[in-house]
Amino acid sequence: MSQLIDKVEAANLKSDLPSFAIGDTVDVHTRILEGDKERTQIFSGTVIARAGRGTRTMFTVRRIVAGEGVERKFPLHSPRIARIEVKRSGIVRRAKLYYLRDRVGKSVRLRERRAAAAD
Amino acid sequence: MAKGILGRKVGMTQLFDESGKALSVTVIQAGPCHVLQIRTPERDGYSAVQVGFLDKPRRLARRSERGHVAKLNSKRVKNRSAAGVELPPKADCEPQRFVREFRGSAEGFTVGQKITVADLADVKAVDIAGITKGRGYSGAMKRHNFSGQRASHGVKKVHRHMGGTGALAAWRGGGRPKKGKCMPGQYGNSRVTVRNLRVARIDAENNLLMVLGAVPGPAGGMLIIQQTNKVG
Repeated sequence: MSQLIDKVEAANLKSDLPSFAIGDTVDVHTRILEGDKERTQIFSGTVIARAGRGTRTMFTVRRIVAGEGVERKFPLHSPRIARIEVKRSGIVRRAKLYYLRDRVGKSVRLRERRAAAAD
Repeated sequence: MAKGILGRKVGMTQLFDESGKALSVTVIQAGPCHVLQIRTPERDGYSAVQVGFLDKPRRLARRSERGHVAKLNSKRVKNRSAAGVELPPKADCEPQRFVREFRGSAEGFTVGQKITVADLADVKAVDIAGITKGRGYSGAMKRHNFSGQRASHGVKKVHRHMGGTGALAAWRGGGRPKKGKCMPGQYGNSRVTVRNLRVARIDAENNLLMVLGAVPGPAGGMLIIQQTNKVG
């Protein structure tokens, strides 16, 4: 039965997604319609969670705007998401970084995974 | 008969439309169905089309079920055909697991014909009937969306109770509940029809029908799907 669901979802899955992990700092390019015009908006921040599977996969990006924490949840496979760019990857030991919500200032930083270390 | 088909609920998921909007859809494995019998007013007193869905292993099917879908090589059949009795036409398929009738004129249907989901291609919306999940003996809050009672202010051990039932004098003079009063009782495990579900997508290759919204029953539950009779 669930194989049938996978078949249905297969057509809606994106194949060109970059691989990003929890703790990465990403730029999410979203398409926004304003009247007839379409423009791209960028939301950049740290990926703190990823949930669901198939077309229902959502990921949460957190950033600090003017001293206030802002989180946005995106459907990973939505056509409205034009591009996801990985800016830097952080070293984390959990799948959900909800502990960042209780932190401010310097303690929000994550250790960076260097390219050499990743290899 | 209105366009109809039998199916099985696969589950729910989310798809994206052209504008990027997420649609909540229920995926239904619909058909292919065999037409097993045509009911006629002369023979049966009403007209309908009997269809079957999903094959059943022959070892699990009764002899009558096997004889219903295909010609049996029995003594009776031989004797009857020898006596010149014309036997009813058979679909000549495996015994069917789920057999239901669609009422209405059987025009354009013949026994043995296959109904597939592609036949619903021009249907905009469907009515879907299924057996809901059984919830057992449930209280008034769950069964009828009553509000229950307060958590405090003197309420004692009756927080999920339904309150008074029959004190209002306008109904039967008071002292007795109004007829049909909503109360706790068996909830679920009943046939429910959800009407006017819009068809989101049809996948004829995999025999899948996708409708917007939820349908009754668990994943794997059997469903009766018909073109909606709602106007407009």
